[in-house]
Amino acid sequence: MSAPITSKPVKHADAAINKSLSVEKKRALYRDLCRIRRFEQISLKYYNAGKMGGFLHLYIGQEAVAVGCVSLMGENDHIITAYRDHGHALAVGMDMNACMAELFGKRTGCSKGKGGSMHYFAPDKNYWGGHGIVAGQTPLGTGLAFGLKYKGLKGAAMAFLGDGAVNQGSFHESLNLAALFELPIVFIIENNGYSMGTSQKRSSAYPSCLAERAVGYGMAWKQLNGEDLYEVRAGVHDALERARNEHKPMLLEISTYRYQGHSVADANKFKYRTKEEVERYEREHDPVGIFKAHLLRDGTLDEAAATAIDQAAITEAEAAAQFATQSAFPEPAEIFDDVYWEVDQKTESGQTGRHFFND
Amino acid sequence: MRRLSYRQALREAFDEELARDPMVMLMGEEVAQYNGAYKVTEGLWTKWGDKRVMDTPISEAGFIGMGVGASMLGVRPVMELMFWSFYTVAWDQIINNAGMVRYMSGGLINCPIVIRGPANSGTNVGATHSHTPESVIAQFPGMKCVVPATAYDAKGLMKAAIRDNDPVMFMENTLLYGEEWDVPDNSELPGGELVIPLGVADIKREGSDLTLVCHGRAVLTCLKAAEILQNEHGISAEVVDLRSIRPLDEETIFNSVRKTHRLICVDENKPFGSIGSQIAAMVQQHCFDDLDAPVLRVNSLDAPAFYSPPIEKIQNPTPEVVVARALEIC
Repeated sequence: MSAPITSKPVKHADAAINKSLSVEKKRALYRDLCRIRRFEQISLKYYNAGKMGGFLHLYIGQEAVAVGCVSLMGENDHIITAYRDHGHALAVGMDMNACMAELFGKRTGCSKGKGGSMHYFAPDKNYWGGHGIVAGQTPLGTGLAFGLKYKGLKGAAMAFLGDGAVNQGSFHESLNLAALFELPIVFIIENNGYSMGTSQKRSSAYPSCLAERAVGYGMAWKQLNGEDLYEVRAGVHDALERARNEHKPMLLEISTYRYQGHSVADANKFKYRTKEEVERYEREHDPVGIFKAHLLRDGTLDEAAATAIDQAAITEAEAAAQFATQSAFPEPAEIFDDVYWEVDQKTESGQTGRHFFND
Repeated sequence: MRRLSYRQALREAFDEELARDPMVMLMGEEVAQYNGAYKVTEGLWTKWGDKRVMDTPISEAGFIGMGVGASMLGVRPVMELMFWSFYTVAWDQIINNAGMVRYMSGGLINCPIVIRGPANSGTNVGATHSHTPESVIAQFPGMKCVVPATAYDAKGLMKAAIRDNDPVMFMENTLLYGEEWDVPDNSELPGGELVIPLGVADIKREGSDLTLVCHGRAVLTCLKAAEILQNEHGISAEVVDLRSIRPLDEETIFNSVRKTHRLICVDENKPFGSIGSQIAAMVQQHCFDDLDAPVLRVNSLDAPAFYSPPIEKIQNPTPEVVVARALEIC
């Protein structure tokens, strides 16, 4: 049995990338973890109250991966992920109100109510979604890296995917292209153990781990423990530096765990895994708790400060829900906005010929 | 006026756009060192080098998706599908990513890409290599779709497609690559270059008794049919070349039908949900009182493309079939 969270040592605290963190920056990392956790818990409450449509894929339990990776982003670094995208969105600094309003289908949402939970985007923060089709985002991530290299910018792309995405052809095509063209990209498998209701062992053939598939493409790879924010930062930092400086891609597999079902609509969430398994992770591997315990030990926070940060996250998320509740739904006329750039911009091209065929 | 083949005209468009904008680049299977499977890009790699003209592995979902991703950062990739038929393996990248990312992001993103290549049957390569996906592509709002019939249109539309800030699906034709047409040199043009806006049809032959609406190689079929109708039957057919499927120039179609009162839609799509089906629906609604006969369609015969050369020849619309259908309503 693993150690309880309070006594669990954080590895890599001495890694240069972590050692250099200021007190304020460490508090900010904890704040980011809490904001994601509380945002999602409160979105779940409103989902269950019938305020949202469609799916809600929650990231609870995986927060240290997005927060750790995003904390390493520089001006020319870009990220893209799949449909479990709220954590990455909040980590890059997307507005919580706009994120919550999108779930409510409101026009104040980050995609004006057109994308929903799975489709958050913030190009101004180098965040390119938010993609619904499993592994479909991996060629796009490869393209972000290609674009950086084409434009002569020193930076890297991070393309996130789940362990269920590793068997899609588009992912393998992406690995090949990235290695072949020497693109500055880090592919990050967030391995939460289950592709929906099918465990890793029942869905994938692999030698020792999923990341080892990189060997087939002559690509470097590494496994990281996603419960430890510092380990994520240390490992991903090295991969990013290699990508930025040497134009070498890398495949990382970060072990993590989701406490909720595949989506909230996952009726079998306690059938393909036991309740005890979920509870054990929450008790012994919770990334928020582990980082909090570390910050308490190293004196960055005391209990009162930690509670204040968490309480502020709850208040912010509840306020976001109020904002979303009070926001208006989109107007039917908005159906035809944002289909064509040329039409939206009212260019000559956008006003030549018929673009829509409703009658 | 100089004569240029359809493939030469496309090549000129690429060369001019590569020179105009450093973000424009060509990629695809065999487009660079091999000079293009159909020699459309011949000589461009030698002139522009690896960065601007790039070979990709046979990996359509991978490299099309990569181009879409790069376009989000401002690169303007022109991506060749060696056959448009291979769209099937890149479908998710084309439709869900290029076609919908703008909408799902609430207008935050646009994809200035061109996907191009031949999209035709009639070359005895079997059903898998003989798709004409314009009707399928045009189903998706967010997509633009262009199908030029002549070298002149191919050059002018390609230049407009590359400059467009939405994803443009550009469908060429292996049977037209070698056909020569008048294409003015830039020095002969008032604006100094040939750019044809998307969404503007072209009347390839004027007539008064019957309208033939068509696109791609079916334009040539209709021009021959119109000649036969005039010479042998005294029927004056107007040939309207759509050039652009989406956006669509409905006014030119409606004006022609209001003049001739009869319409046949001719295209090489399969009939169910063909481009002609869409036009028939629009014309019956908007020109009902102008019609003197039912709108007819002539399509590729409704089965997968036949391999055997003499049979495949009659599977696609022929001038004889168009004439026969015309005589039913004239």
